Amino acid sequence: MRSRRPAAADEAERQPALLVLADGEVFEGEAAGAPCPVATGEIVFNTAMSGYQEVVTDPSYAGQVIAFTTAHIGNYGTNAADDEADRPACRGVVVRDLTDPPSNWRSTEGFEAFLVRHGIPAMTGVDTRRLTRHLRDRGAMPGAFGTAAEGELRRAAAEALPTDGRDLVAEVTTAQPYQFGTGPFRVVAYDYGVKATMLHHLGTLATVTVVPAGTPADDVLALEPDGVFFSNGPGDPSALPGPVATAADLVGRVPIFGICLGHQVLGLALGGSTYKLPFGHHGANHPVRRLATGHVEVTSQNHNYAVGTVPGTEVTHVNLNDDVVEGLRSLSAPLFSVQYHPEAGPGPHDARYLFDEFAALMAGA
Amino acid sequence: MPRRDDLESILVIGSGPIVIGQACEFDYSGTQACRVLSEEGYRVVLANSNPATIMTDPATAAATYVEPLDREVLAAVIERERPDALLPTLGGQTALNLTMELVEDGVLEAHGVEVIGARPEAIATAENREQFKAAMIEIGLEVPPSGFAHSLDEALAVADGLGYPVIVRPSYILGGSGTSIAADRDELLGVATAGLAASPVGQVLIERSIAGWKEFELEVMRDVADNCVVVCSIENLDPMGVHTGDSITVAPAQTLTDVEFQAMRDDAFACLRRVGVETGGSNVQFAVDPADGRRLIIEMNPRVSRSSALASKATGFPIAKIAARLAVGYRLDEVANDITRATPASFEPTIDYVVTKIPRWAFEKLPGAEPVLGASMQSVGEVMAIGRTFCESLQKAVRSLEQGRAGLNADPAERPFDGLDDETLAARLRRATPERLFEVESALRRGWSAEEVAATTTIDPWFVRQIGRIADERRSLEGSSLAGLDRARLRRAKRLGFSDAQLAYVLGSTEAEVRASRLALGVRATMKTVDTCGAEFEAYTPYHYATYEDEEEVRPSDQPRVVILGSGPNRIGQGIEFDYCCVHASMALRAAGYETVMVNCNPETVSTDYDTSDRLYFEPLTSEDVANVLDAEARASTGAGSVTGVIVSLGGQTPLKLAGSLPPGLVLGTSPASIDRAEDREQWNALCEALAIPQPKGGTAMGVDDALAVAAEVGYPVLVRPSYVLGGRAMEIVYDDHAMRRVMTALADGLLAREGGVTAERPVLVDRFLEDAVEVDVDALRDRTGEIHVAGVMEHVEEAGVHSGDSACALPPQTLSQAVLDQLDRHTRALAEELLVVGLINVQYAVKDGTVYVLEANPRASRTVPFVAKATGVPVAMVAARLMVGATLSELRAEKLLPVRSDDPGHVSVKEAVLPFERFPGVDTLLGPEMRSTGEVMGIDRTFGLAFAKSQLAAGTRLPHDGTVFLSLADRDKPAGLEVARSFSRLGFELAATLGTAGYLRDHGLEVSTLVAKIGEEGLAADAVDLIANRRVHLVVNTPRGRGSRADGQHIRRAASRHRVPCLTTLAAARAAAAGIADTAGHPFAVRTLQELARRELTTGPAPR
Repeated sequence: MRSRRPAAADEAERQPALLVLADGEVFEGEAAGAPCPVATGEIVFNTAMSGYQEVVTDPSYAGQVIAFTTAHIGNYGTNAADDEADRPACRGVVVRDLTDPPSNWRSTEGFEAFLVRHGIPAMTGVDTRRLTRHLRDRGAMPGAFGTAAEGELRRAAAEALPTDGRDLVAEVTTAQPYQFGTGPFRVVAYDYGVKATMLHHLGTLATVTVVPAGTPADDVLALEPDGVFFSNGPGDPSALPGPVATAADLVGRVPIFGICLGHQVLGLALGGSTYKLPFGHHGANHPVRRLATGHVEVTSQNHNYAVGTVPGTEVTHVNLNDDVVEGLRSLSAPLFSVQYHPEAGPGPHDARYLFDEFAALMAGA
Repeated sequence: MPRRDDLESILVIGSGPIVIGQACEFDYSGTQACRVLSEEGYRVVLANSNPATIMTDPATAAATYVEPLDREVLAAVIERERPDALLPTLGGQTALNLTMELVEDGVLEAHGVEVIGARPEAIATAENREQFKAAMIEIGLEVPPSGFAHSLDEALAVADGLGYPVIVRPSYILGGSGTSIAADRDELLGVATAGLAASPVGQVLIERSIAGWKEFELEVMRDVADNCVVVCSIENLDPMGVHTGDSITVAPAQTLTDVEFQAMRDDAFACLRRVGVETGGSNVQFAVDPADGRRLIIEMNPRVSRSSALASKATGFPIAKIAARLAVGYRLDEVANDITRATPASFEPTIDYVVTKIPRWAFEKLPGAEPVLGASMQSVGEVMAIGRTFCESLQKAVRSLEQGRAGLNADPAERPFDGLDDETLAARLRRATPERLFEVESALRRGWSAEEVAATTTIDPWFVRQIGRIADERRSLEGSSLAGLDRARLRRAKRLGFSDAQLAYVLGSTEAEVRASRLALGVRATMKTVDTCGAEFEAYTPYHYATYEDEEEVRPSDQPRVVILGSGPNRIGQGIEFDYCCVHASMALRAAGYETVMVNCNPETVSTDYDTSDRLYFEPLTSEDVANVLDAEARASTGAGSVTGVIVSLGGQTPLKLAGSLPPGLVLGTSPASIDRAEDREQWNALCEALAIPQPKGGTAMGVDDALAVAAEVGYPVLVRPSYVLGGRAMEIVYDDHAMRRVMTALADGLLAREGGVTAERPVLVDRFLEDAVEVDVDALRDRTGEIHVAGVMEHVEEAGVHSGDSACALPPQTLSQAVLDQLDRHTRALAEELLVVGLINVQYAVKDGTVYVLEANPRASRTVPFVAKATGVPVAMVAARLMVGATLSELRAEKLLPVRSDDPGHVSVKEAVLPFERFPGVDTLLGPEMRSTGEVMGIDRTFGLAFAKSQLAAGTRLPHDGTVFLSLADRDKPAGLEVARSFSRLGFELAATLGTAGYLRDHGLEVSTLVAKIGEEGLAADAVDLIANRRVHLVVNTPRGRGSRADGQHIRRAASRHRVPCLTTLAAARAAAAGIADTAGHPFAVRTLQELARRELTTGPAPR
């Protein structure tokens, strides 16, 4: 006969939790994910409507708590193929409605089980729209959430660190070099927290040697690469003097392509400046103009910092929402870089031509 | 690339009357486009036959042709206007098909008219299924296995090759009309025959059925520089097998991983590029195999659509407005996002809520149509609801439907579902019907697993589990009392979308107590904003929805505000006409210095465009939801700002029913007490008696015995109707006791009882039916000082007994004597005065033997208001709105909103109803007292005959100029029918007639060339159905017997409907048709704009005889 369901009441069983921001703002919700009385991090919001698994496993979120603006998160579960890294580097996840169990043929594990397995605490039932509006108006800021008492969370939020001035790359870069891909070129990729999708695209172009962030320029050149790639990664580029110096060493000696943090590191290496955006760009719908053609790309973005003016370069891409520099090309060296994520994962595929441009740059060198 | 300066004037083709599959979404899109193009400095020439649209307001375009949407008529428009370009993508399938006809005819080329938006080759590639399939395969996209057939033999061969079941889709059709599933060879024979007949090119696509696959739609836009964006993804809750227009749909898509979504996005853009849509919006549909994610492209529409209207409302991204700009050369990045102002339109909206659309069907009005959903669209309207979660938006959508449901069950109407045994329930779950959603909840609440329900229904388990949350919450509340619920419990229930009425039902309390209790605990609705960007940027557009969160976003206002309650979903009897009235009220009041606040839940409409009012609340029209809006507006009031009042009398019955729940002082215009006086039978009778206005004799009945007694007293035939319904719902003409028993029994139970059948508060009205009377509608305006302006007197073409909404009518009246007109004027004034109307009143009369009888009065806007406005050039609804906030007629004359003198307009306007019978082959086409039309068209010309012929053509009936007229008349119609037959004969028509009719005609000296058999008379003469099917007759006049079986002649009417032979079911219509044929003989139609008509520049066509 029919399988009778127990009157499950998930929502009734969750423990109440609070999110407290460094400026004292409090949000109600329920605890989810890995049990944790107090979780801290810099709170940022992401507006992508799909791709929560890729976002949560993106190493660039190290040190941050991700609040999703999309209402339901967890709908289609998780699967091994969509991981951007072995494990999430973020500090927590805040959602309006965590929905489990999932429904999708690709799913092998529910999102909450996935969070628990990786020890990532979460909060559900939060008015994430209010949170987004608050962060939009006041800027990204640290915060604390969990099942602890409000006073404890307030103290933790006040003490929680922003990402400014911190080297978060050390948390996520590979410990040992490794090989990836089978393409015809030979590329060395600096891993500042590289995403799997990025490697996947490089791997179709080249045989990639992924190296730790601290690898000296000479060691890289000793591999006789056709090109060097600077990956995405978390945090503040100005906290990375080592990588910036190494990059400066490599400029002009080998074709270079950088993405996101890699773009910022190259900007600094070329003598430019970086600055922190009020609340960053985190989403999959940002319009970017490719100045060479005038064409508009809808892009995937995830960064809190941006590049200002960089001597000896031309701006190749601009964000149409706020005019932030999205791409640079050196006027003298074989080098270009973009702030956004042409590899997508998650996000639109509009800018994947940039990998071909890297191949062309290497072929021409 | 900026604006194209090489174009000066642009022709926009509207979508014509509201029909199933093409409703007011095209008024919304078309109005936006016309406004944008006008703003850009182009001369906009508009053609649309639908008077009830904002689009056809004289101010929307420079030249407005309310003329039939027909290739010859449009050629005449092009000839006169010589537009530089034609924009065909905003008027639905109608405009696309007409554009292709004009291309074929060479009209566009001859006059150098460029098609912008979508080139003819692109339209052909998208619309011709064979070309589309080839094009998709060419770019590597997978399409459902299929083959084309142009004959029955080909169809069988294709289907046998594919394997059954198969779907048969006629090429070049609208809204899936004629699309059916065939389970085997036998079914295919019928389905393919119908499909081949339905396709204008005699071609069908036969597809392997993928019923049960997941269904998605992407709304995409492309500009001239090849920038492409996805505006919105939509996931159908009802999987493949149910037409998307009949599916519950959800935005954004919920069950796709990003990998799958991005691949689908790539496919959609590839499709757009291959089809060759250069600029504008398109809708691309996909099917996804739930087992392995295999993705097929189903179809694409290279134009704005019902889905694009939904996507615009769901995201705040105005697709039609932007499509119009792209069509004249702008790029997406050159167009600003209205909502954020700071960011360009070349982005993809992200939304932080869930939108649910539920269709509204009208099966109850179409006996003979089985309420089962399939490949052909059958719904007549839809609602959309916004919530922060799917559960919330789903429950809000259910209560938006206004079908007596307080949400997804947990109300008295759930009992029939809960009363089903498991086996019956399982059987019902397998079929998609309007009630399946409620059955799903009932099954889950019984404890069936989500997997089992998902497997039975093929609804994705994600949606089933979400519905399970609603079921679980309801179960967990059972046994609790209101007093026992704390803030957290109440908040949780409200966040899952439970209405106070549902909570009251489950908790054994009242709605008022639930509301008071939760407000005391701080559980109140907060208004969030639809902003295209998930709050990433500040939004300037006050487009709100209610949800249960922490923070409210309504901006404070220090201005006086008027709340306008809209009319909810389109349904038969209450459609676009009322939206038109609400929009006009908003326009007039804004112009007069008020801020307007619109509340409505219909995504198709102009009223729910965020540009229409100062604030838009996309909310259900229930007392609770409206109270939430009023509370939010009160909280947002600063300084001298406050809500001046609420307009309830322009949106049909929907807002009127809410009047009682509003603070009495807030209801603007005619008082609720007066509304009751007109509606309540006893009070109404007393009023008519006091004013000495004759009424048909009648009485009220609470049951069968009462009804029989009333009938005995007044004499048969009688008209039986429930009170407080619109569109003649369940209204019947009853000729004897036997029929009376049947009718009264039907009113006492089931759906009808729920809708407002027989209860002590709502008795049934039984009135003497005046046979052969002429029906007249009068719309009038009265101001607070008592001055009255009679806005329009309309004489119906069909006699009393045909619902006024289904009857053609003429303005000015054509056959009424001055004495009758004087009586009408006097009675209307007396009623308006006695009811102390402030605003509009509509009175319906029957004129028989020189006496004017009043049938009913409605002190509110009626369906005829837009027609009157278009026919007379007076913005009646605008005037009414101003009167309701205290202006007087003399003030409005001074403002020139109202003309100083009302002259004879100098032309005749005819309104004709458009009926949905094509969609429902099993339904009798006979007109009766229950309204069944979905829309209307207008014909304007110098004579009644010309205007009537135009109205027929606009409604899709091309009156023949020669050939054979087939008459089959009821006995009582024979004397009058003789005259009609004589007119046709004089016009050169041959006559065919059934034996009885033929005998009568011959006896009176007319020649009948063909004798036609009735059922049971086979062998004696030609078979009626054969004659019609073989096009040997060109016009059918079939009037039913007044008494006895209504089914008499039904086979004739059905055959005419199926084979598209014009069929008239009343002698009055036949008489009008003869006049039309006489006046148009040998001449093309002359066309004139509304603007010219307003200036009295009359048609200079052929002189009437």
